[in-house]
Amino acid sequence: MSLSTKGIWKVITASSVGTLIEWYDFYIFGSLATIISEKFFPTGNPTTAFLATLATFAAGFIVRPFGALVFGRLGDLIGRKHTFLLTLVIMGGSTFLIGCIPEYKNFHAAPYLILLLRLLQGLALGGEYGGAATYVAEHAPANKRGYYTSWIQTTATLGLFVSLLVILTIQNTLSKEAYVDWGWRLPFLLSILLVLVSIVIRMKMNESPLFAKLKSEGKTSTNPLKESFGKKQNMKMVLLALFGATMGQGVVWYTGQFYAQTFLLKTCNLEPTQTNTWIGIALLLATPFFVFFGWLSDKIGRKIIMLFGMLLAIFCYRPIFTAMYNMSDVKQKQELTSEITIRKILSADNPKDSVIFKTTVATYSDHTKLAQTEKYTQETLKPDNIKLVETKKLVTLDSSYRLKLISLVFILVLFVTMVYGPIAAFLVELFPTKIRYTSMSLPYHIGNGVFGGLVPFIATLITVTPGSNYLSGLWYPIGVAAVCLVIGTLYLTNKKDENVTDDVNDYIQ
Amino acid sequence: MNTIKKNLGFIWILLAIVAIGLLLQSAFTHIKPDGKLDINKPMPWMIIIIVFIPIALGLGLFGWYALKGEYDRKES
Repeated sequence: MSLSTKGIWKVITASSVGTLIEWYDFYIFGSLATIISEKFFPTGNPTTAFLATLATFAAGFIVRPFGALVFGRLGDLIGRKHTFLLTLVIMGGSTFLIGCIPEYKNFHAAPYLILLLRLLQGLALGGEYGGAATYVAEHAPANKRGYYTSWIQTTATLGLFVSLLVILTIQNTLSKEAYVDWGWRLPFLLSILLVLVSIVIRMKMNESPLFAKLKSEGKTSTNPLKESFGKKQNMKMVLLALFGATMGQGVVWYTGQFYAQTFLLKTCNLEPTQTNTWIGIALLLATPFFVFFGWLSDKIGRKIIMLFGMLLAIFCYRPIFTAMYNMSDVKQKQELTSEITIRKILSADNPKDSVIFKTTVATYSDHTKLAQTEKYTQETLKPDNIKLVETKKLVTLDSSYRLKLISLVFILVLFVTMVYGPIAAFLVELFPTKIRYTSMSLPYHIGNGVFGGLVPFIATLITVTPGSNYLSGLWYPIGVAAVCLVIGTLYLTNKKDENVTDDVNDYIQ
Repeated sequence: MNTIKKNLGFIWILLAIVAIGLLLQSAFTHIKPDGKLDINKPMPWMIIIIVFIPIALGLGLFGWYALKGEYDRKES
């Protein structure tokens, strides 16, 4: 049933490139959230604020799992190839159209269209991953399924890297005015070219051999949703996959790849360009380990690697995030010089008021620089009435911190590669061919989209409770990973590669 | 091992109930009309509650299956 080496690499390339583009499309919306908000969801308008919140939360939490069901069902009914071709078209088309929509000031229906297109993006993403992973796994030889599917696993990280690279390149090429005016649209418009190339590649591919065989024998499922979730025999495996693997994998993935970035930028107040560059280097260095752990899972089993990754994350998160915080905490450093500049302008919002910016630039003994800007408002008629309205801090680290920070982020991403590298092979092997696409997609997207996607929200929730500190938000990923670790350890076996048409009960410890 | 897996079924059911209770209690505590954070807005909470309650019920079902010995390793 397996292909020649050349054939399998064509399959991996066709699947991975498309999945990478889908991740790229999904991420650029997040990376450009600030400018999208300015252009389409202006502040002070309750309707657009409502739509913006809906776009943020609904795309990940509701639509992604829903996409997993819709396209999973389709993939088990009509085949993997045509389904994940369709998800690619929907994703690429939606992304391109986001780049074409006029701004809110010229077109008041724009926020509704943006919301619709963002939801379509979430829907397509929900259907893409399961198709790509299933397609590759069903082509792969029995003893290399972990290794080959791990190439699909690299795409989530590479997609983030490519999206950051494209945005940074456009920002550095254009003037600030041109970028804010029209340049931000380019990453969206570029997507259509990438998608067209990927569609051409995928069109040339054949249907998965396992699914084609099933179809020729007339053994495909007539109702994949009912068979996946209506039959106890399969439903219990869906639940085991979710609570014993993807739930913990999702929070470790999100914490390492996204929460760390938010923590460095928002909690540690580090300078964005410097920080994003160092994070990008760490992501690139860690990416090959997805393939390494996928390969290793063929040798020693999937469970042991994934659960060991969760265990390391549980015990190392707090020390790693403490070390990152200490690097940026100027209270622990000796101040050498300090320079204060004050700038006063008329308020754009209220001409009766003035706005005063007081900027303090301090240099510390380790060459760290802190620029603290305090924004005050002053009434022209009552000059003594000065109010502090905003304080912004920006910490620029000395280059001597580069290696340390890159290493810390690298370790976080290494945990991601341990839990994420073998997960596609693990999920594929858990379910029978005729309902595989449906059954594996849902736990994957609940684990990553819901449990992983909730990390920033619940972290904020925890940090506003009395007695919490900058590390308290980590209790959510630590807690979820710990429950998942216990369930995975007790209920899953460390089963190695098996026949993908196997008996699901082989996975119970 | 089978006995531990069965007994832990109670814990998973209990955890599901606690998670739903905690979620609803957090929503009531943090939703504020004048709040600026996402955790103060009703919309994210509505979405999370709609999505999370079926997941928590799934955890309860997982616990029920465990309790009934559905995850027991059959002797070969």
